[in-house]
Amino acid sequence: MQPVATTFFFYFLAALTLAGGVLVITRKNPVHSALALIIALLAQAGLYLMLYAPFVAGVQIILYAGGIMVLFLFVIMLVNLERSQREEQFNKQWLLGIIAATALGALFITIFVRGRAIFPVHIAAVAEESNTQEIGLMLYGNYMFTFEIASLLLLVAIIGAVVMAKKRI
Amino acid sequence: MLDYITSYLRSDTTPGQAGNILWAVVYIFLIFAGLSVAVIAMNWLERKILAHMQVRLGPMRVGPHGLLQPIADALKLLIKEDIMPAEADKFVFWMAPLVVVMTAFTVFVVVPFGATHAVTDMNIGILFMVGVSSLSVLGIVMAGWASNSHYPLIGALRSSAQMVSYEIAMGLAVVSAILMTSLNSAGTGTLSMIGIVQAQQAQHVWFVFKFFPLGMIAFFIFAIAMVAETNRAPFDLPEAESELTAGFHTEYSGFRWSLFFLAEYSAMIAVSSIAVTLWLGGWLRPFSNSLTGDTWEMVFSLIPGLSFLAFAAMCFLGVFRMPKHRAFRMQTMGLAGFGVLLGGIGLLLFVPPVRYRVQDIFWFSAKVAISMYMYIWYRGTFPRYRFDQLMKVGWKVLLPLGIGVLVLTAGVGVL
Amino acid sequence: MSFYEETTIHKRMDATAGAAGSVKTIDRTSHLELDHHDKTFLDTNELVINMGPQHPATHGVLRVILKLDGEKVLGTECVIGYLHRGVEKIAEHRTYTMFNPYVDRMDYVAAVSNGLGYCEAVEKLLNVQAPPRANYIRVILTELNRLASHMLWLGTHALDIGAITPLFYTFRDREEILKIFEKYCGARLTTHAFRIGGCSYETYDGFEREVVNFVNFVTPKIDEYEELLTTNRIWVERTKGVGPITARECVALGVTGPVLRASGVKWDLRKAQPYAAYSDFDFDIPVGENGDTYDRYLVRMQEMRQSLRIIEQAVGKIPAGPIMAKVPKVIKPAVGEIYHSIEAPKGELGYFIVSDGSTQPYRIRVRPPSFVNLQALDMMVRGQLVADVIAVIGTLDIVLGEVDR
Repeated sequence: MQPVATTFFFYFLAALTLAGGVLVITRKNPVHSALALIIALLAQAGLYLMLYAPFVAGVQIILYAGGIMVLFLFVIMLVNLERSQREEQFNKQWLLGIIAATALGALFITIFVRGRAIFPVHIAAVAEESNTQEIGLMLYGNYMFTFEIASLLLLVAIIGAVVMAKKRI
Repeated sequence: MLDYITSYLRSDTTPGQAGNILWAVVYIFLIFAGLSVAVIAMNWLERKILAHMQVRLGPMRVGPHGLLQPIADALKLLIKEDIMPAEADKFVFWMAPLVVVMTAFTVFVVVPFGATHAVTDMNIGILFMVGVSSLSVLGIVMAGWASNSHYPLIGALRSSAQMVSYEIAMGLAVVSAILMTSLNSAGTGTLSMIGIVQAQQAQHVWFVFKFFPLGMIAFFIFAIAMVAETNRAPFDLPEAESELTAGFHTEYSGFRWSLFFLAEYSAMIAVSSIAVTLWLGGWLRPFSNSLTGDTWEMVFSLIPGLSFLAFAAMCFLGVFRMPKHRAFRMQTMGLAGFGVLLGGIGLLLFVPPVRYRVQDIFWFSAKVAISMYMYIWYRGTFPRYRFDQLMKVGWKVLLPLGIGVLVLTAGVGVL
Repeated sequence: MSFYEETTIHKRMDATAGAAGSVKTIDRTSHLELDHHDKTFLDTNELVINMGPQHPATHGVLRVILKLDGEKVLGTECVIGYLHRGVEKIAEHRTYTMFNPYVDRMDYVAAVSNGLGYCEAVEKLLNVQAPPRANYIRVILTELNRLASHMLWLGTHALDIGAITPLFYTFRDREEILKIFEKYCGARLTTHAFRIGGCSYETYDGFEREVVNFVNFVTPKIDEYEELLTTNRIWVERTKGVGPITARECVALGVTGPVLRASGVKWDLRKAQPYAAYSDFDFDIPVGENGDTYDRYLVRMQEMRQSLRIIEQAVGKIPAGPIMAKVPKVIKPAVGEIYHSIEAPKGELGYFIVSDGSTQPYRIRVRPPSFVNLQALDMMVRGQLVADVIAVIGTLDIVLGEVDR
């Protein structure tokens, strides 16, 4: 499939991601924040598509937008929101925040300016057609151990969540 | 320009793959129109079939045998006052039906109505379908929350829990079907919708019959999960009328409500097409193994036209059975006209080029139609599950069964 | 009324429960009261939702305020009175005869039973005995009415649980009963069939034949309903163990009718205290074991078959003779009071009439089965889910016209 209007789509999706991200932290209503986060995640899925990684994009939609965010919304709706809405949104750690933001911004600017030197130009072979297979081989071949460790961690997290949430086991 | 148009017709692929935007747009419009007609027809058929199951006649007044009833209903919904609750979250309330409709229609981009009859063929086709259709729950949750009322909220909570749970069992069933596609010499499977059907064609078996009974169990898991995914009886808890009045769309009315209605039915068609594609051989005709040869090819290619002629004959039978009274003159004429239309379509389907181009679509639609009939049948037969029982079925029955089928399929495939 | 003394029921109850084994008890507290140290930070707020009075599943204008924890019911409160017409007060300004049609408007799906109870109560007050033929007609019509009421219950109950088809089947067959009523007295719903002292109309030509035809017609239809539901997995799962109530709790609350019988008490006024001509017929009292929604369903289905049995016998040996006893033109009972109760489709329907010797009753008090049975709702649904509330309201078989009067 021929790429269509790549530059335009990149900036469009990037802007959407950023706008979603900004809305997440500025909206007072947590449900609105969650919805903005969904927009950001979907835009990210589009970016993955542009990187010729359709499988990652599909998984992003299924897991993040369709699964995790639904559970987020689920929890947000169940807990009492009125109190958190009345509270002031930003906490008192603004100094720390500014330092962190400056550091991150400096990092971004450095990479933007010296990017070509740090990351040499290397256009990977487009693997759109075999993307799924490649990921499968990577996960179950080269990164088998890491993958298994991650799944074990998730299992521990699940058990922990059940122990914390369940009243009587 | 003419070259551009005809070049696609000669290519043997989908417009999306051929990079032909014009034909892609044409296909999108065709699917949109076809889907709308299908939803309208489904509305009428559901009422008629359910009515006949329940010893009543169903709509009879608007048009002959109530044929115009869905259109009258649509008109009524469009001119109804659009009510938005004062305490509702306006923006989210406004967005929710759009999200639901958009997701329900977007999935049809990859549905293969035939070897070349799809807007495009993505190599993550099935992943795309499952993913996008799972987004519709967001719209439902938004609708329930934005209404700022208790019944819709409970409906939304129910549906989000339900859809997230059944997606897992559904996913396992889908994966076991995808595993079956990899049983070829190259040993690589595919996620593409067209590729899945072609794999069934190459292996000379519909996946529902593959590794008996594994394929069948996976199909049944999917068939149950898809009913739950689309919130239909017996899993219609999010809109359980007797409990939550109308569930998540209690506060919606008029056009917005009709969008939910449209989305529900097109989502039903969408999941049915997944089932048909994955297990029932997609656009492949039945008995392609036992009844082979040119004669049988010929016979099966005539079935689409013949079935339309049969519908037309039923219409004419209805014309003769109409009461011979002046008040029924318009209805009789209308029914005769409808019969002529159906007969015309049937005759058109006999023209050889049309016949060979369109019979894929016919077989696909016929299989989807059977699945839709099952939906109506379930609704007429089953009581509704309770929420905890629904979760029990999802997590304690379908999920272990799905894992078992997946492991066994993988095992048998390796052997 | 020695029949109505509580001790009798207790004795009977203990006898039946003893036969079945030990007296069942249901632990109603364990899943309700959470210990304080059990609470986690994930605890959510209680949700109070208002079900009704405009709600498709509250069978009229019942309003139930539900206190929920998620989907679990912490408590219910019934708000009634939306259909209150002051029937009992109206009675004080009507003569005994004039009040007769009002009772049909209480339980409007079982109007014949209401009329029977009232007429018999006044007859008792007057010391009048209805002639045998009138009693037989009364039995036939009341049993037909019981069938109609149970059919309506079955249809709506199934509809509440999500099965939409039985409703149409039961309405189709209920129609046949209504046709017989219409032919007999002209009314279909508020069937005013009886007069004080007997029946106002002689049966029409072919009445017996039509009733027998109906019995033959409806017997396979009841099998049809059972085929749809009794072994349906979802139906069994939705009803078994839902809204249980023990025999003791039933008696404590005064719950009667199929709900009482489903919890194992063999108490049916048609047998315990025969009225009209019921002592002439041979029929069983179906009894349940667990007192849950499924048992109540089974008991009512069996009752429908028993009603058919009674109707068949009654039509077979209906005597000839007058249909009205000698009743004075102006009904003026002596000073006194009377309580008479009959087994209405929904339970014990009682009339307490105080006469001051005038043509109008001094006071009438109706003991409506729906009203009393509705009390059990809260006890039955605590700790269960919202969907069960619907199932239980359906299984209690309430008619708001009777609850509110």
